[in-house]
Amino acid sequence: MSGSMNVFDVASRAMSAQMVRLNTTASNLANARTDYSSKDEAFRAMRPVFRSVMEDNMATVDVERVVQTDAEPQKRYDPSNPIADKDGYVWEAAVDETSELIDMLETARNYQNNVQVLQTAKSLILETVRNQ
Amino acid sequence: MPSLDQVFALNGGALKLRSQRLNMLASNIANASTPGYKAKDLDFDRAMQQAQNGSSVEKAASDHTGFRVPLQPSLDGNTVELSVEQTLFAENAIQYRTTLSFLQGQVSSIKRALKGE
Repeated sequence: MSGSMNVFDVASRAMSAQMVRLNTTASNLANARTDYSSKDEAFRAMRPVFRSVMEDNMATVDVERVVQTDAEPQKRYDPSNPIADKDGYVWEAAVDETSELIDMLETARNYQNNVQVLQTAKSLILETVRNQ
Repeated sequence: MPSLDQVFALNGGALKLRSQRLNMLASNIANASTPGYKAKDLDFDRAMQQAQNGSSVEKAASDHTGFRVPLQPSLDGNTVELSVEQTLFAENAIQYRTTLSFLQGQVSSIKRALKGE
């Protein structure tokens, strides 16, 4: 285990990245089904951009930035809505709840995998250190 | 009479290679959802052979590191297949433990010989 990065850094940074992804999913789901009076101010789903960081034969992952998707907000006719525009339309936040839920499952699964890696690496190193 | 370095060369080298492979598989699992990431792995048998022929373990590891050929390529260019990586990770952890217990056996034999039991 040479260099400045070890297996714990790899797994923990990956877990942080997945956590950011879970936070964006939570934000997207929280804002789903909200209405806006114009297309420009309507909420658009956010997505993290993952990038791998290589260091001597190891690669961890960082969130490079969080971007807004270019999904189009849907127009809905709802004249009784107080924030409807002069023609009676409101714009719904551009969030695909189904894909967000699937993304959430994948995030949780990846997070668990990294926890498992961390536990295995920890027990192997402890066994090596405890060598009588 | 061989030196202690020679006695532990085989299992010590194997343990180092196992640890390097553990790092590589951990990197693959960490990058399971990074678009365009190419999974890497170490050919343990060949690296071990090269290490036994007198080359350093680090060089043997880097000489026999390659990219994984995915069973089913994904659209975003990522070649990590979690089922494959998880299986290999578990397998490698067991092999690490096995090598470690061989090494512990060697150490305790030498200790017994020193104590004259």
